[in-house]
Amino acid sequence: MKKKIPSAWKSIRLGIIILMTLVVFAYGFQVTKINLDEFRKESRQESRVRVIRALARPDILEYQQVETSVAAPLYIPCQTVESKNPSFDQSQPYILLIPACGAPGEYIQVEGFNFPPGLKGLVYFIPSPDPNDKLALQRGNVQTDHQGHFVYELQLPDRHSDQVQYLRVVVRQNVGHPHFSDAAIETWDKIIETLFLALLATTIGTLLAIPISFLAARNLMKDVKSSLTQISLMIIGLTLGIYFSMTIARWMRGIADLVRDDLTSTIIVAVFCGLASYNLFRYGFYKPENGKSFGVRVYLPQVAQICALLFTFQFLFLICQVGIQTGLTITPRLGNLAFLGNFITRFSDLINTSLPTIIALSGGAIMGGLSSYCGRRVSEKLPQKLLKWINFGFSIAAGVTICLIIGSAIGWLYEIQNETQIRLIPASIGALIGAMISLSTKPKEPLPIGLAIYSITRLVLNAVRSIEALIMAIVAVIWVGIGPFAGVLALGLHTIAALAKLYSEQVESILPGPLEAIKATGANRLQTIVYAVIPQIIPPYISFTMYRWDMNVRMSTIIGFAGGGGIGFLLIQNINLLNYRAASTQMLAIAIVVATMDYLSSWMRGKFV
Amino acid sequence: MLSVNNLTKIYPGDVPALDRVSFDVPDGQFLAVIGLSGAGKSTLLRCINRLIEPTAGQIIWNGVEITSATEEELREIRRKIGMVFQNFNLVYRSKVITNVLAGRLGYINPAWSLINHFPHEDVQKALTQLERVGIADKAQARVDELSGGQQQRVGIARALMQDPQMILADEPVASLDPALAHSIMHYLEVINKEEGVTVICSLHFLDLVHRYADRVIALKEGQLVFEGRPEEIDDYRFKEIYGTDAERVG
Repeated sequence: MKKKIPSAWKSIRLGIIILMTLVVFAYGFQVTKINLDEFRKESRQESRVRVIRALARPDILEYQQVETSVAAPLYIPCQTVESKNPSFDQSQPYILLIPACGAPGEYIQVEGFNFPPGLKGLVYFIPSPDPNDKLALQRGNVQTDHQGHFVYELQLPDRHSDQVQYLRVVVRQNVGHPHFSDAAIETWDKIIETLFLALLATTIGTLLAIPISFLAARNLMKDVKSSLTQISLMIIGLTLGIYFSMTIARWMRGIADLVRDDLTSTIIVAVFCGLASYNLFRYGFYKPENGKSFGVRVYLPQVAQICALLFTFQFLFLICQVGIQTGLTITPRLGNLAFLGNFITRFSDLINTSLPTIIALSGGAIMGGLSSYCGRRVSEKLPQKLLKWINFGFSIAAGVTICLIIGSAIGWLYEIQNETQIRLIPASIGALIGAMISLSTKPKEPLPIGLAIYSITRLVLNAVRSIEALIMAIVAVIWVGIGPFAGVLALGLHTIAALAKLYSEQVESILPGPLEAIKATGANRLQTIVYAVIPQIIPPYISFTMYRWDMNVRMSTIIGFAGGGGIGFLLIQNINLLNYRAASTQMLAIAIVVATMDYLSSWMRGKFV
Repeated sequence: MLSVNNLTKIYPGDVPALDRVSFDVPDGQFLAVIGLSGAGKSTLLRCINRLIEPTAGQIIWNGVEITSATEEELREIRRKIGMVFQNFNLVYRSKVITNVLAGRLGYINPAWSLINHFPHEDVQKALTQLERVGIADKAQARVDELSGGQQQRVGIARALMQDPQMILADEPVASLDPALAHSIMHYLEVINKEEGVTVICSLHFLDLVHRYADRVIALKEGQLVFEGRPEEIDDYRFKEIYGTDAERVG
């Protein structure tokens, strides 16, 4: 008895599940409008056949054609004057209309002689007294036999006219060798553009994804812990550093602008800066092995390093100017290689434009690093009680800093001019948060800042990854205009997010042993990453990069749909123009490229891993 | 002199690994640590250079308190303590010489080391150490091309590169076959006897303990249950350390 109840219950449950599934699918049919009526419609069937046939004949090769075109006069309806065929030169192609007039709807016989043999031709009706009028209405096809003769039954169209009208037969004959059609040449150009679009997007994505992937790796970040003093000081230092270096960057650009117009002096100053930075770097990184230095001299190498960095940036500013000038000068003289000159100009301009950002970030990193170092020393050396007060002050300052930045961002976004709203309120909220954090933690307690950074990085990556590259392309088009550059930006951004995630999972799955061993030698964190992590992740990184390149090629074929350049741009245009034969060429090209990339990337991955 | 006082480690989730372990190791001693798997041998060794943060207790080495050292002080301490691992913990895709040079990371300028640049004398030193452990010809080979015994020699060469005053060896021969075990232990003995480097070595085989160790400590469930000379381990002590079901082998 006891066994039967669960079995009955099981059957009922199964029944309910089947019923529910049915309901779900029924609703699915309703929602997705699965309906064959439209499919069966005459007009649908016609256009289906037309499109499929057009797609089956991609517009790749074409012949130069010689046209044999003959016109004959025709009256609709018959005039009082007897209409008859004019006399023809019997050695040339000619057509006979029997009879050469008729009422609309009547059939007449069209007979052609001396046409090129074995070809297809078209019959046009020209409703005009001028036989060469542009308006020609296609009426049907003819097929010439081996003697160049054909017979065609023509139903006269409903075109009354007192004047003469014409009938024209055109037979086209291929001559010479086939050559690529315009559509094929265009497709080739765009396929090249597509491949390079994918290459650049993958390169940008890879370069930026590598450092981010370390931040998004739990096993590396979970040990990073800092005291509150250190964190607060780092936040303050980072902000001040960014602020000051933006000023410095402005000065540097000013210096570069001073000498911009004179190439010689630009080069001289650039060489001076380069030499200065080289020598300062050498001094800064040279470590006296045995000689011990005292006092201020301990910090001299660090000062030298920072100065060297400043000179390097000034050097870069100047060299960018030189690059832009040189590029502009040589481009017109390079002929076919003009793209090289163009590259120099554009690349220099790119560096020139991004330098202030790079300077600001490195300045922030340096100041942040220094103040975090100070914070660590302070929290290590000072007694708990004093530290409590110091922490209180610093963490309030840090909270105020962060909230002021957020406040001004909000103020900018929503165009709030009210000082209280964008300064005072955020500042007080920040102070409150800072005070609360400093009161709720012990002065020397190590806080898991690494895990916080890890979580934030993961969150941002997931958010960015969830936006399709196609949608990013729409945004990028607004930024930089329609074209492949927008596609590079969109795909690049998506690649960063996607690769950083894949990479960081690889970092998380490395063997922990070498990490431990390198740490045990007294290596610092950066050294541990370089010696224990990087050698282990190189093969999977290469493999993922290739996989991503493969994917980017596939994506870049359609990123043009949103205005991102590449072959998709051409494809959607041709589809919209109902030019299916050209569209078919592009689809074929995409299929070939994607299949080749697929094969190539798996082959190369097999080689590397 | 290394002195460990009341060292306690409790892993997250209240898993006790070490329970108030105290012992001293005079400079130049070869100390063997024995005990069943899971008795806390590895935890003990890793607490000494703080690869694992102890929960409580003190470790003082030559007057410096390791347990309270700051991050920077800790790196200075670690570079004087070489470590040899059961699974070698080498970077398998790197060259042998790179793995050995990694032992110098605590000494050299960090900026240069990031671009894999080592001073000339360190490279020479690495080659000398490889010669010492008998695999100088493999310097440019990749580690994963080497046999297990050769890999452990690379591990020892790496530890020697640190100019260590102490070597922590965590079951250095447990994953090697017994014939190789003696050759590896021999290198540790030479380092200990000729250079006066303190060696703390956890071991499984009692005959290795008898052959190489000056002194033995035994751990059982995180507690120190024996401390003395190897000869003092008789059958009674043995059962006390390894449990009544254990049989002596070798």
